[in-house]
Amino acid sequence: MKILDKIMLIDRRWIYLAIGLAVIIPAIWSFEVPVTVSPEVKRIYDFVDQLEQNDYIFVAVDYDPSSLAELNPMTEAIINQAFAKNLKVVIVTLAQFGPGMVEEITSRLAANHQKIRGVDYCFLGYRPYPAITILAMGVDFRVPFPADYYGTPLDSLPVMQGIKNFGDVKGVIDLTAGNTADFWLIYGNGRYGFPLAIGITGVMSADYYQYLQSGQLFGIIPGVKGAAEYEDLVGFPGRGMEQMAYQVIAHSVIILFIIMSNVAYFATRTKKDKMGGGAL
Amino acid sequence: MKREIPLLIVGITGFAMLIQYFIPTDWSEFIFTYSQDWVIVIGILALPLGIWSLIKANVLKLKVPDERFYSAVLLAGFLAMLVTGTKRESLEAGSTFMTIFTNVLIPIQATIFSLLAFFIASAAYRAFRARSVLATILLVTALIIMFRFIPLGPISTANLSAVSWILSVPNMAAKRAIMMGIGLGATATAIKIILGIERTYMGHD
Repeated sequence: MKILDKIMLIDRRWIYLAIGLAVIIPAIWSFEVPVTVSPEVKRIYDFVDQLEQNDYIFVAVDYDPSSLAELNPMTEAIINQAFAKNLKVVIVTLAQFGPGMVEEITSRLAANHQKIRGVDYCFLGYRPYPAITILAMGVDFRVPFPADYYGTPLDSLPVMQGIKNFGDVKGVIDLTAGNTADFWLIYGNGRYGFPLAIGITGVMSADYYQYLQSGQLFGIIPGVKGAAEYEDLVGFPGRGMEQMAYQVIAHSVIILFIIMSNVAYFATRTKKDKMGGGAL
Repeated sequence: MKREIPLLIVGITGFAMLIQYFIPTDWSEFIFTYSQDWVIVIGILALPLGIWSLIKANVLKLKVPDERFYSAVLLAGFLAMLVTGTKRESLEAGSTFMTIFTNVLIPIQATIFSLLAFFIASAAYRAFRARSVLATILLVTALIIMFRFIPLGPISTANLSAVSWILSVPNMAAKRAIMMGIGLGATATAIKIILGIERTYMGHD
């Protein structure tokens, strides 16, 4: 068997090995990747940046640990920006494994920025049924969440004084790895009309660009690249920037494999056509 | 009456929820919040059933030699999270519950999801071959989209414009057509259920 035929029928374990090495190499020899900020990411940064001190921003952390690598960096960048600008942050999670992650992120970032729970920010907690929870929060945050995640009644929290529902927040940013973005679009933006932006995994990005043009979303942070762009804008380099090195190497390897596969395909096809046979 | 009463409940509830969505008044908000409580109550009633089913199935599997280990791990994990997660303090960072969550559950979920990269690479190698005109279009589009993750200097700027066009024009046209189809289909099905025309959800006895 010639080398091109071997390439056509390469064992998938060689591909796995190449991808494995592609993600191990940057862990040993890390390098910085230059980031070009895209307009859809810049719009979210600008939106948060133009808010006044003590304005309210609502952040929904709707993902499980499986998507943590992509979405945690953007969650941290947004909360970092909000805390640095002294905004009041209201956080919710509509993902069942979300509370643990939110608790870890908020308590760590709040300590870094000397923010006090219940005074500068509020973590509402988790409720099932995203559509119902979003619709109910549009009536009053106290309907689905009479108390915050830690069991403190919302009315006794200084941060929740004078704030009733989405009408009192400047905008909502949903960080999601599933279809909760659809619920926020339909039942949140559609019903209550608040400005909405989303942070999503890379594979989801093609599904949501349509809402950008229609004006239902004012911005999108797509995947690790979007997170790195946001970190670059905020000035808090974190895991997003670090992960760009892994992403560049892994994507390069996949692209190389695709090119190699097509070269082998055309070369063997031409040969088999001459011999009167079909291509693989 | 066995079929008429459920149909009547569905019809009345469906119309009530439809009307309240478009008329924001005090009474419509009351109907909405009241019905929402009902949904949560029904969900809570389903929870013990699910837990009972999970425990029963895995206790039975403890008797099967090949599956014993996995069921024992599942039951041990279930009990550990249940016992450590009952107190209010367990929800805060540093508690045993949060330590297990951070050091066991998060790495497990992240690892399982990471495996996807290997399968995608293998699938891309075999699927993205220029076998026909349509396959070539798919291949070229995929390459343009993937190239946006790689810094290529001035080429990156041109590539970003191409990516933006692909996502905003052909991708959006296709997505909108699909979404409108789904939307119209969902509306038609909802109307049929509310009016009692679509009854398959009630079973056949």
